[in-house]
Amino acid sequence: MSAGDALLRIRGLRIEGQSEDTWHEIIKGIDLDLKRGEVLGLIGESGAGKSTIGLAAMGYARPGCRITAGTIEFDGVDLARLDEAAKRKIWGARISYVAQSAAAAFNPAHQLADQFAEAPLWHGRMGADECRRAAVDLYRRLQLPTPETIGDRYPHQVSGGQLQRAMTAMAMSCRPDLIVFDEPTTALDVTTQIEVLAAIKDTIKQYGTAALYITHDLAVVAQMADRIMVLRYGELVEEAPTAQMLSNPQKAYTKSLWAVRSLRKDEERGEQPLLSVKGVSASYGAVQVLHDVSVEVPRGRTVAVVGESGSGKSTLARAITGLLPPTQGTVVFDGKPLPPALKSRSKDLLRRVQMIYQMPDTALNPRRRVRDIIGRPVKHFLGLGGAALDRRIAELLAMTELDEQFMERLPSELSGGQKQRVCIARALAAEPELIICDEVTSALDQIVAEEILKLLLRLQKELKVSYLYITHDLATVKAIADEIVVMYRGRVVQSGMKSRVLSPPHHEYTDLLLSSVPEMKVGWLDDVLARRRPGANA
Amino acid sequence: MTATPTSQLAERAPTIVRASAGQRAWRALMKAPPTAWFGLVVVTAYILIAVLAPAIAPYPETELVGNAYEEWSEVFPLGTDQLGRDMLSRLIYGARNTIGIAFVTTALSFVLGGLLGLLAVVLGGWIDQVLGRAIDVLMAIPQLIFALVLLSILGASVVNLILIIAVLDSTRVFRLTRAVAMNVVVLDFVEAARLQGEKLGWIMTREILPNILPPLVAEFGLRFCFVFLTISALSFLGLGIQPPTADWGSMVRENATLINYGDITPLLAAGAIALLTVSINFIVDWFLHKTSGLKE
Repeated sequence: MSAGDALLRIRGLRIEGQSEDTWHEIIKGIDLDLKRGEVLGLIGESGAGKSTIGLAAMGYARPGCRITAGTIEFDGVDLARLDEAAKRKIWGARISYVAQSAAAAFNPAHQLADQFAEAPLWHGRMGADECRRAAVDLYRRLQLPTPETIGDRYPHQVSGGQLQRAMTAMAMSCRPDLIVFDEPTTALDVTTQIEVLAAIKDTIKQYGTAALYITHDLAVVAQMADRIMVLRYGELVEEAPTAQMLSNPQKAYTKSLWAVRSLRKDEERGEQPLLSVKGVSASYGAVQVLHDVSVEVPRGRTVAVVGESGSGKSTLARAITGLLPPTQGTVVFDGKPLPPALKSRSKDLLRRVQMIYQMPDTALNPRRRVRDIIGRPVKHFLGLGGAALDRRIAELLAMTELDEQFMERLPSELSGGQKQRVCIARALAAEPELIICDEVTSALDQIVAEEILKLLLRLQKELKVSYLYITHDLATVKAIADEIVVMYRGRVVQSGMKSRVLSPPHHEYTDLLLSSVPEMKVGWLDDVLARRRPGANA
Repeated sequence: MTATPTSQLAERAPTIVRASAGQRAWRALMKAPPTAWFGLVVVTAYILIAVLAPAIAPYPETELVGNAYEEWSEVFPLGTDQLGRDMLSRLIYGARNTIGIAFVTTALSFVLGGLLGLLAVVLGGWIDQVLGRAIDVLMAIPQLIFALVLLSILGASVVNLILIIAVLDSTRVFRLTRAVAMNVVVLDFVEAARLQGEKLGWIMTREILPNILPPLVAEFGLRFCFVFLTISALSFLGLGIQPPTADWGSMVRENATLINYGDITPLLAAGAIALLTVSINFIVDWFLHKTSGLKE
């Protein structure tokens, strides 16, 4: 196996997708070369065709898609012309796939080791005992805890990060020549992501496996890939070795991708507090999730609440909005204590605190038009009707940089960014003083997320509204926050002005969080790990 | 990049030409499979017959116009029944009575079951528990036997028939509504509505109901068949629609003896029941396939 020979050679690949009974070309003539042992990063926004290409590299087209032209030569065999039976011999054995959501890809009714063994047994690569040993070996290489026994667990008994590594182990069970990674760490927290990235990187290097690494996260791809292909609308924008691509992108689109994440806001100290959360504890049944949390949001400022999943960020939002009345402590809004339960709050109080959600897809009623979605709070809270209502809706759309044409649209006819803008417009419709933003950009592409952040900043400047901004993404925090509250396991571990929290000395957890955020430079991952290792091994 | 001024819109909507609801329905119809077409044609014919019954029936519904059990002839195309009433006319009026009563019953069971199901989901907690257990009790008793008992106690009138079957059938509707609404009520847009202080009625009818409509509409078709069959069965047993009102179930029973003489006339009423049931199922299958968004 010489490093020089080509493993995958795609030429003139064209794929069509079906929507509303007509076929549209979604991949428009892609050429791709991958050598043995090489890692190629595919990046681009959603809809760029990354996943479709990743699957096509296996000779597979999703239901509703069809490969119309081109060759997909894998080790000299054209997968596009191979029948199902022949492809099945290759899948799992020589090419395997790691999906974005490991939780959805594992069968919840079988133990991890049994699922690991499926492919090697089916392909007749190993016996059952051998499988078991191979699994333990791979679990160890991927740094899973207790590699000897973790295979006996069911998928729900391990954490998300562990499951993603178990899935990588499963993909490597037959020692494939090629693995397609489709956003394997997107659903993970930063502190978990870094471990999974390191484990994947080490293991594929040791095994000499080639990989297609699909992601929209530039900083991640910079750590993982030898070479990067930038895609847009199913076409290649540019392609170069990673270091060159980072330091010297040629095309305007690539440059704009690179410029993202550089948004910064100068912090400003707040004058009077609008919202004070004082010693709030809350629990779901017997499980206490918030322990004595105190947060203060000044008028017209942004307080970012940072922490990984399970840290109680969203529960804090629920306690403030009254969906989960606190068991202890009080929430003071504009000088007066807020009634704990939603039911006992006046219409005016409800109006003054609004919320924007993480998933714009589920935050908008799919059966109602934009006009009704935005118009309802205007009517409900401010009592406008008729032409005045229409004018206000148009105004709100304009404030969120959408034109009037959107009024008659259904949510399914909007892009992710447009949906989030409509959600923002709905919140603004009530003319609130505080908006709670729960991870509002994490489901969006980076360029779109950046636009949304700019919009939020502009609205704050114009309307003097305060944000309680919940996020796990520190780049977002830098872009939008005045003050930061770091939460860990239901407690506030550090809080203060942005510059203060982000500069050392940090609390131990803040430090871990900060150092886990991938940076856009080659070798960052190795550096961080090298710095952490001595401590970790001791 | 510089900051976008308010006047400059980042997102301009390309005008999309949206087909009207009628156009879309027509387009879907043109691509419907033959089974769906068959179902639609049959159901439309039944409805027309039911509505126009007085105009197309050769004789009145309950008038004795000939001798008992007359053969098929030009005067009585399908013969006469055990009392000498025209069979064809009774079949035609039967469509009106059986379908009409079944439709009213189903509609009532949907209003009742749907309302309780939505209430259980939106309010949750003990209300959900109490409703759920009460429905369990009702469902534990076999439906036909329960209906027979209640009809014997309360008396076999059309109103009682409709009320009893609607209540018994609403248990199934409750279960379905609760199950599908459960998936919608946890979505963020429902929470957003709650946070804006929307009332119970608004959340139920505007936020949840439109999103669970497709399975409910499909269920309506199937429930209609079941109700219709239950009514026919009850009529056959003598506790359903009472004479002299023409009804397919009782027509089968009243003329059943003819089968012994090789006369298929009583089977025509049974056939009318079967044909309608099959047709509705065809339509429901097609509708479910369309709304579930499956691609072949």
